[in-house]
Amino acid sequence: MIELLTALFLVSGAAFMVVAALGLVRMPDLPMRLHATTKAGVLGAGLMMVGVAVYFGDGGVTTRAVAVIGFLLLTAPVAAHAIGRAGYFVGVPLWEHTRADELKGRYDDKTHTLASPPEMNESSSDDEPRR
Amino acid sequence: MFEIAIIVANVLLSISLVLGFWRLYLGPTLPDRVVALELIASLTIGFIAVYVISSGRTPFIDVAMVLALTAFLAAVGFARYLEKGGHREDD
Repeated sequence: MIELLTALFLVSGAAFMVVAALGLVRMPDLPMRLHATTKAGVLGAGLMMVGVAVYFGDGGVTTRAVAVIGFLLLTAPVAAHAIGRAGYFVGVPLWEHTRADELKGRYDDKTHTLASPPEMNESSSDDEPRR
Repeated sequence: MFEIAIIVANVLLSISLVLGFWRLYLGPTLPDRVVALELIASLTIGFIAVYVISSGRTPFIDVAMVLALTAFLAAVGFARYLEKGGHREDD
């Protein structure tokens, strides 16, 4: 029973890893690749560590496996955010069918801080209304 | 049955590793390569999990923990290097 459960966790985690790698190769631009690898990769590694915890059923091993999963869940979103932000500042080209880059022109080139959004009443009187 | 599951997991992880290295070789920009490196780090954590189960050597889980943290440090370091030193290419 435990072996069956472990095998299930291992194979499903590895399958999610394959999905992540396929997304890394097939997706057309940097944010989509981040989207594919971060979520599927963390889920795959977490499932495999859950398999380790289930297989041994020992207090020390389970604690360490949970610690690995916790570190993964803690660090992967932060790293993905940092890489995506850096890639945006470096000017990595977006996919050619991207509809809109809402951040374009909003960032200060020197300080890399986000400018405040344009005034609402001004934009409603002069420009086209937002859809 | 169980041995087959371990072999299948190893094969799937190896396929993912090849795909990750393909993006690492191809990746048009540096951030793409950093993303590939991060996926390769998580793949290594998966390999360690399979090895721990197949061999019973539980101390290797500590290696997986350290690897998760160092991969994060490497990614954040690359991101800071890019953000501080880079300039926009498209304007």
